[in-house]
Amino acid sequence: MKKTDDSDAGKPDRGGDARGSNEAGSGSPAKLPAHGEPESPIAVRVKAIESLLVAKGYVDPAALDVLIDTYENRIGPRNGARVVARAWTDPEFDRWLDRDATAAIASLGYTGRQGEHMIVVRNTPQVHNLVVCTLCSCYPWPVLGLPPVWYKSAPYRSRAVADPRGVLAEFGVELPPGTEIRVWDSTAEIRYLVLPMRPEGTEGWNDEALAGLVSRDAMIGTAVVERPDAATAARQR
Amino acid sequence: MNGAQDLGGQHGFGPIAPEPDEPVFHDEWERRAMALTVLMGPVGGWTIDESRAARESLPPVQYLSSSYYEIWIAALEKLMLERGLATEDELHSGRMIEAPVTGRPPALAADRVQAALARGGPSVREAQAPARFAIGDAVRTIRMNPVTHTRLPRYARGRRGTIVLVHGVHVYPDSSGAGRGEDPQWLYTVRFEAAELWGADTTASAVHVDCWEPYLEPA
Repeated sequence: MKKTDDSDAGKPDRGGDARGSNEAGSGSPAKLPAHGEPESPIAVRVKAIESLLVAKGYVDPAALDVLIDTYENRIGPRNGARVVARAWTDPEFDRWLDRDATAAIASLGYTGRQGEHMIVVRNTPQVHNLVVCTLCSCYPWPVLGLPPVWYKSAPYRSRAVADPRGVLAEFGVELPPGTEIRVWDSTAEIRYLVLPMRPEGTEGWNDEALAGLVSRDAMIGTAVVERPDAATAARQR
Repeated sequence: MNGAQDLGGQHGFGPIAPEPDEPVFHDEWERRAMALTVLMGPVGGWTIDESRAARESLPPVQYLSSSYYEIWIAALEKLMLERGLATEDELHSGRMIEAPVTGRPPALAADRVQAALARGGPSVREAQAPARFAIGDAVRTIRMNPVTHTRLPRYARGRRGTIVLVHGVHVYPDSSGAGRGEDPQWLYTVRFEAAELWGADTTASAVHVDCWEPYLEPA
């Protein structure tokens, strides 16, 4: 399905092979990428900025590549899923998350930018938590990576604080009418991670198998962790 | 400021439409926009609050019709222009016309990027005074409409809530975002019952907002 964020609708910059056209840092703002399509105005503009900042010595082009690789390939929601799985299998770690989530999560190697101050909010049969940033896009990068477009976009940011059930319905989640829904608006440098409920049918699973069940959205609160189907469960026994 | 960024509770933006198997970036320029913005913060000397203030100050029509990284790029250009790090002609051409500004921190070297990201930039500071509020205290947010940066959303102004978490003392964005220094303040998470914010027109039970002490008074 094509990205439907309407702020991007109609823009001709969605080609999949734009990577091949990158001549950033060369100082020549080429207008034509390799496949012959004209580059979008924003792509040309960003290329010009990069060329300028490299020429002025403000930015090391190799540092750009390391940073991009870090957030594209190394840091993502698998980190958070390991935190969740550990909490499910290790009661001492689970208690540590309540006392000092930043330190507990750091013990697994996940620290730093946009995760300097972590709070874990736990779902129970009575309480469901949902995280949003109505003012911008605050999101726990070390455990979830960079946020998806929908998390940063107006529809989610406007509605999550007032109509979380309507939001959840769009994600295919329907909670019992009596469930208390707590929304967390990330207005400071505190970053929230939802600890979903461990599904039934996973008794005896190891951390790796459990982590495989935990989606990014379950740690934002727009999904729950579903009970694994019988075939998956059988493979873990 | 009451800019287009303050979206909580607004109507009419349509469905959320999550993209299945969404890639981290949708195009090469988004990769570069993210990385340039992150790397230029320390070199340019602006705080995360000043970055947010720059994004929020975009005209509302532009803010709401731009993609997120387009907003980041517009703010990056604005911050660089304000500080003389680049000129309009340079940004347009991509070519250096003026000499680089001196006295800035050096560009972050590639082999130090990972360590810098893993370290981050904690906002917590040493307390200089005791906290005014404790967990369980009833509070009310102040009414205000500053034209400068604030992190108290409009939907949560002048509302009664309860302190549920105390986070220590943190850099105060209302000061930092306006270039007036860190002015650290106690930071709390306040729980607002949803009906206090929205009346009957809500499906939430409670909404939590992180509030610095100057946003709060005893209820």
